[in-house]
Amino acid sequence: MNSGGMNSRIGYIAFNTFREAVRDRVLYNLIAFALLLSGAAILVGEISIDIERLVVVNLGLTAVSLFGVVIAIFIGIGLVSKEIDKRTLYTVLSRPVRRWEFVVGKFFGLTGTLVVNTFLMAIGVFLALLYVAHKFEKMDVWVLVALYFIVLQFLIVCALALFFSSFSTPLMSAVFSFALFVIGSLAEDLRGFARITHGVGGWVATAIAYLVPNFSALNVISQVAHGDPVPGRLILYNTVYALLYSAMAISGAVLIFQRRNLK
Amino acid sequence: MAAIEILDLEKCYLVGFWRKRRKLALRPLRLTIEEGEVFGFLGPNGAGKTTTLKLLMGLVFPTAGSARILGMDMDDPRVKSQIGFLPEQPYFYDHLSARELLNYFGQLSGVPAKGRSARVEQMLARVGLSDSAGMQLRKFSKGMLQRVGLAQAILHDPKLVFLDEPMSGLDPMGRREVRDLIQQLRHEGKTVFFSTHILSDAEALCDRVGIIHQGELRGVGAIAELTSERQGKIEIIFHAQKVPAGLTSLGAEARVSGDMVNAVLPEEQQDAALEVLRRDGLKLISLTPVRSSLEEYYIQKLRPTDVQREVRQEDDRKGVGV
Repeated sequence: MNSGGMNSRIGYIAFNTFREAVRDRVLYNLIAFALLLSGAAILVGEISIDIERLVVVNLGLTAVSLFGVVIAIFIGIGLVSKEIDKRTLYTVLSRPVRRWEFVVGKFFGLTGTLVVNTFLMAIGVFLALLYVAHKFEKMDVWVLVALYFIVLQFLIVCALALFFSSFSTPLMSAVFSFALFVIGSLAEDLRGFARITHGVGGWVATAIAYLVPNFSALNVISQVAHGDPVPGRLILYNTVYALLYSAMAISGAVLIFQRRNLK
Repeated sequence: MAAIEILDLEKCYLVGFWRKRRKLALRPLRLTIEEGEVFGFLGPNGAGKTTTLKLLMGLVFPTAGSARILGMDMDDPRVKSQIGFLPEQPYFYDHLSARELLNYFGQLSGVPAKGRSARVEQMLARVGLSDSAGMQLRKFSKGMLQRVGLAQAILHDPKLVFLDEPMSGLDPMGRREVRDLIQQLRHEGKTVFFSTHILSDAEALCDRVGIIHQGELRGVGAIAELTSERQGKIEIIFHAQKVPAGLTSLGAEARVSGDMVNAVLPEEQQDAALEVLRRDGLKLISLTPVRSSLEEYYIQKLRPTDVQREVRQEDDRKGVGV
């Protein structure tokens, strides 16, 4: 099996995962999102003065993040386990497909779905911005950076959901993934707490603070809502961090899945 | 060359929540299947047929032993492009249509893009699904899914095809079609390894069969050999309205059917029986030795021998269940 074949197999699996999500009406969440955002934009336009942009960016990006995280967790936990339960995996793995290719293909399929979902939601956010502000401003470009960071969050959440589902039940995987998302969103506070704690407690707090994914560094929604710029260094740091973190989680999932008996 | 060489393949699971206990799903299995052969793997439900197939497909990992498929180690990734597999009660991505599914599997199997669509259509026609090719699989009946399963197993023109219970859930017409398909594969020179618990299917299709029970291979051989074992009895058929008294005294079990009598009696009474017919002036139609059927052989092999009973008791003492 050459690397070209390997890449195309991963691509085929990713595309099938994307197609499955679309046909299972995952993108229907966009309707709820569109209703939420258009309602909010109209309401904000009626009652607030000068803070319309702040409210729309805050609400829009938070909704993009939460809708995406929910999709990432609930589809991510079933990516592989559902295929084992339904035995759809048997006819895939009896072909020249390596187990790690399957896991990576499924991961790319889900993240691809989330990128498309985020792209469509981003159009909604910018339309709402245009509705309330009547024009785009230079600082709106930072909204794009915030959206990029949200996509990086999705990479990590998908990878974690996949990792947990490789050894635990779907319910427990969802609980673990969501708990890590919440704790990771408070990672900066945890690191601050670790700095002021001493002794064994300090060691434990530091270990936890640095082990959990740092979602708070990936959250610049409030910053861009106020029109503040995002430093280029942070963009680079967050990109490398998200790629490494998700690669580690996917590697863990692959290592477990490689050894798993498909009963 | 051997298509499949199974070399003491063994599978043991750990069961139980607190106190883990070993459960033998497959005792060391040694079996060779030649190229071009149609081999039937027979056994009741839970005998170890599916476990064997899953081991060969790399879906579960052996506790011990190994296997060679088409001359390559079973873990060799090149093997997969030359084999086809139909799992038991197959389930496929139900968001896809039959055409999309076959196209997807064609992509994964490395069927060249040029000609892939034509190949897919050819396979759909071969299993009689051309008319429903665009319908999503969630709307398919069990029999239709089985046909899709067969199509995907032979889509990439494999040299060796593994079929796990290919006739299960099919109506008589569907079973007939699967039989025909296996026959066609034989004529194309493919090796077919299929598991079943339906003896008539095996008898009609297989060159050789293996009988597995409780994770243990109990017998292997050509159907003709297995059923040629004489039972020490003969069957004579002759024209008569009633059973001659002389025959009954020889220990014959006889029944009258119209103007014919069918009698089964010990082989050593053959000459005496013929003498009775000659003396009574009865016309002999046939005299044949009674041979065991595949069913009799199968049932005989399913009964544990004393040695097997001892092995099992030893395993029980060690905490290894089957």
